[in-house]
Amino acid sequence: MYALCRWLFVTLLAWPLVLLWLGLTVRHRQRLPRQGPAILIANHNSHLDLLVLLTLLPLSRIPQVRPVAAADYFFRNRSLRFIAVWFLGLIPVVRGKTPRRDRSDPATTSEMPGENSDPLAGCRQALAKGEIIILFPEGTRGEPEVLSRLKPGLWHLLKNQPEIPVIPIYLQGLGKSMPKGEWIPIPFFVDAYVGRPLPYDSDKGRYLQTLENCFALLATKGATRLRRTSAGDEG
Amino acid sequence: MDPLYYGIALVISVLAAGYLITRWRVPASHPARGEILLRIRTWCWIIAFFVPILVTPQPLPSVLLAIVSFMAFKEFITLTPNRQQDRWAFLWAYVAIPLQYFWVVQAWYGMFIIFIPVYLFLLLPTRLVLSGHPKGFLNSTSTLHWGLMTTVFSLSHMAYLLVLPDYQLDGRIITGASLLFLLVFLTQMNDVAQFVWGKTFGKRKILPLVSPNKTWEGFLGGAVTTLLVSLLLTPLFTPLDLSRAALVGLEIGIFGFVGDVVMSAVKRDIGVKDTGTLLPGHGGILDRLDSLTFTAPLYFHTLYYFYY
Repeated sequence: MYALCRWLFVTLLAWPLVLLWLGLTVRHRQRLPRQGPAILIANHNSHLDLLVLLTLLPLSRIPQVRPVAAADYFFRNRSLRFIAVWFLGLIPVVRGKTPRRDRSDPATTSEMPGENSDPLAGCRQALAKGEIIILFPEGTRGEPEVLSRLKPGLWHLLKNQPEIPVIPIYLQGLGKSMPKGEWIPIPFFVDAYVGRPLPYDSDKGRYLQTLENCFALLATKGATRLRRTSAGDEG
Repeated sequence: MDPLYYGIALVISVLAAGYLITRWRVPASHPARGEILLRIRTWCWIIAFFVPILVTPQPLPSVLLAIVSFMAFKEFITLTPNRQQDRWAFLWAYVAIPLQYFWVVQAWYGMFIIFIPVYLFLLLPTRLVLSGHPKGFLNSTSTLHWGLMTTVFSLSHMAYLLVLPDYQLDGRIITGASLLFLLVFLTQMNDVAQFVWGKTFGKRKILPLVSPNKTWEGFLGGAVTTLLVSLLLTPLFTPLDLSRAALVGLEIGIFGFVGDVVMSAVKRDIGVKDTGTLLPGHGGILDRLDSLTFTAPLYFHTLYYFYY
């Protein structure tokens, strides 16, 4: 039932929206992992980002693909939580130091990590089960088409299991199509650039810097791929 | 039998021959081999999409051509820089696409011909001014309207050819489908002919800053080739006589080139090589349709003026 919901979401919403309404160009698709455990990370500008990432993976893998999302946003009420759990397979992560939680609702406490426990426990469990998790290290969608500072959660997650491959993906154009606060996606062609797996670094600051550089590099690669005027054009 | 089917058969045989010759006669080491094969393969996809437009009853052809306009317009606004506050004007422009093709299906000529040039021309700046940002206003209105005119208004003339009434001539029935076939065949053939003439004999650059690979030899050789082919085919596919066939040949030869270099100028202005990646080997859909944005309305109105 859960797998069916995930498939329905991807085939009836993500595919038509991303492939027909928007139109997606993927560079280096072969760099995507075929098996879990693996972590896909991407820059975050729009709710559409998640839909794009879901179309990158084969349908048979979809039930084992778990996006990581802010508990205070996607788990804020019953109907959203239902969609988040059944259709998106989201792993809730509490943002910031003081989590906002609805104590009167027992379901919240059972699904969400407690205040003193590891906020990344859900992610660790998923990786232990060999699932592929999707993470947006910026933590929030922020300004359209601008990369914000990266959050250290990913590094903490990798600390105990540095062998898990981390694949960076740079998404371009989605903030233009449906920025934060908007609900109608405007058709634009969008791009996804898959980078090489990122090696772990035991130094947190250095690791996050490498990550940031990696996104910046993928972004410029995307720009140069389009801007090849010197090559000339034909009839 | 309708010459249309001979035409389609001819195009498919030429492509198949081109593919087989490249495959078996061109050595694998030749630098352009892979590129040519890729191009021919994409041509096959284009034809697989285009044949149903010619042979199925309305409204399917209009729906398919509306999809072409949708993709072309999307490519255009993806390329051009645009402001965040313009998003509602973009949505309005997108809504105009199905409407424009709806007028075509209705064969409502009066609406078809003024909807974008008049109503959208007034509506888009109306929506843009409501967002209240004057900085970049002229840029936004002109890009948006120019994009709609080329990718939707111009291209929808292809669809309107299909709903023109059948024309009786010496016991022959000339359908809209054969009119459209001829337009697309001559325009695409003109592109190829100008390319081949330019590659073979090209010396004097024609517009070096806009499109460095275009030459006078390519342009003139291609245009004359198109004129000759037009003299041969136009009387078969349309009600036009020989002198008007010459006019159509010249129009397509010259303005096919103009459409092409106009889109090159747009690309160069923005600083990109191709308009997109939709058609492997060709670039974007606009790279293939650029000439048609100029030839379709010209050809349509030539026919419309003389015969319909």
